[in-house]
Amino acid sequence: MTTAKPQPASSAFTLAPRAIAHHVLRHRWPIRVMHWINLIALTVMLGSGLQIFNASPSLHWGNWSDPQHQWLALDAYQAADGSAHGTTQIGRHRFDTTGVLGVSNVDGQPQARGFPAWSTIPGPQWLAMGRRWHFFFGWIFVINGLCYLGYSLASRHLQRDLLPDRGELRGIGGSIRDHLRLRHPDGAAALRYNVLQKLAYLIVIFVFGGGIVLMGLLMSPRMDALLAPVLELVGGRQSARSIHFIIAVGFVAFALVHVLMVLLSGPANQLRGMITGYYEVHLKHKPPAPPRSDVSATGQESAHD
Amino acid sequence: MTERRRFLRTALLASAGAVLAGCDQISQSRTGAAVLGSAEGLTRRVQQVVSPAHLLAPEYTEADISPEFRPNGTTMPTTVDYQNLLANKFADYRLRVDGLVQRPSQFSIAQLQALATRTQITRHDCVEGWSAIGKWQGTPLAAVLSQVGVAAQARYVVFHCFDEMEADTPYYESLDIIEAHHPQTLLAYSLNGQPLPVANGAPLRLRVERQLGYKQAKYISRIELVSSFTQIGGGNGGYWEDNGYEWYAGI
Repeated sequence: MTTAKPQPASSAFTLAPRAIAHHVLRHRWPIRVMHWINLIALTVMLGSGLQIFNASPSLHWGNWSDPQHQWLALDAYQAADGSAHGTTQIGRHRFDTTGVLGVSNVDGQPQARGFPAWSTIPGPQWLAMGRRWHFFFGWIFVINGLCYLGYSLASRHLQRDLLPDRGELRGIGGSIRDHLRLRHPDGAAALRYNVLQKLAYLIVIFVFGGGIVLMGLLMSPRMDALLAPVLELVGGRQSARSIHFIIAVGFVAFALVHVLMVLLSGPANQLRGMITGYYEVHLKHKPPAPPRSDVSATGQESAHD
Repeated sequence: MTERRRFLRTALLASAGAVLAGCDQISQSRTGAAVLGSAEGLTRRVQQVVSPAHLLAPEYTEADISPEFRPNGTTMPTTVDYQNLLANKFADYRLRVDGLVQRPSQFSIAQLQALATRTQITRHDCVEGWSAIGKWQGTPLAAVLSQVGVAAQARYVVFHCFDEMEADTPYYESLDIIEAHHPQTLLAYSLNGQPLPVANGAPLRLRVERQLGYKQAKYISRIELVSSFTQIGGGNGGYWEDNGYEWYAGI
């Protein structure tokens, strides 16, 4: 039996409207520079923060380190056979985390230390140097953050690109569904942040960024002379230390999701957008003309930072 | 694809390792440590403006006192001088105050108590991260300083201690004149209503409530007023400062 192979339609001649690739200025240079400075600062703050944490690897609620109100601890103990074990206590639960938390190898030898040497700055147990890294890059983080805030307000980046309007907030369900289906816009919609993205960035900038700096300052005895009422509001100095740590975990979680989203939505294009500023979109028409306040230095299309 | 993924993974781990190794190199280098340490001056100046000199550290109530005031560092000085004083329950103890002062003096604990006393329930914050709350009673350092008369060229108050951290390396600390005159800066002889325990610095220790624990020198033998501390110990103003910690311990 012979079957005639169906001939494909002459696709070469189909005149479907073709989307044309446009390179659109998406992130202006100050935002790009501040983004990468922020990445460096946060990385160093995390590594040196874990170094500082290791000097007293437990967290408490209240003003003083009350063992009754300890909610997280990385401990070490020696088993009957002489082997070293690391444990992680979270609330009332205790897990064996030998090799990573509580006990990990330093130069091939198991050593009692909260977070492992590969995660701390500097690697060896060295609190004084960890503090130097932390406070030096703390200033970079704060100054960079203030520059970002000033620039975003002055250029209306914050108001225009980050604050969701009421319509967007109503459409949050659709945005959640799109994210769950890993559907990423690529046309004109890719030039704007979606509502979940806007909310995530606003929370990270203001709640996480502002909160972690405030909690850090509340741990400073000199600042507590000024901020005593705020300190009482958060529950005390050890509570501030706990919240500082929790927000740091939040930053790590955000960074993981952020990188995952970049990977899922075209990493080359996204990286180019944050390095050169230009992002490729496929549009059937030319991108809309920029609003008057929004012409970038290069005179290119609307920048979306 | 897996090949590419393995390459990316290796590259990522290798670059992360290189960054961490680079950080360690910077930490080891004199220049790197100095550059990183330069933030201390900025922090001190900004904190002194934002949180002015006269503000008091928070004070707490009896109910807030921690059941145990955790001692840190030396808990029993082994020097002969200290052991002799301890054997006699500090009856022969005299605090020497000298250096750039108009009237170099010696004070017994009773004489200090007669000058002035202050009681405060404050929080002690160790550089390691933990905190404890205790009730201190002592003589404001300002009262002692006005008794001896501070010379105009004096800029720092140095606290020499009985305890040695290493052989022939006694503990010492220093404050600037402004911090020394703060109302909560005490020479404390009592903790939680009891004579100061040996582990917490008997017979006399410093309380400087807006700085970290290592500034709170224990086992004070002598107070010296100086114009500069570069000739004392390792020249950085304190035992821990000589070991890389900040002289300004307000954060």
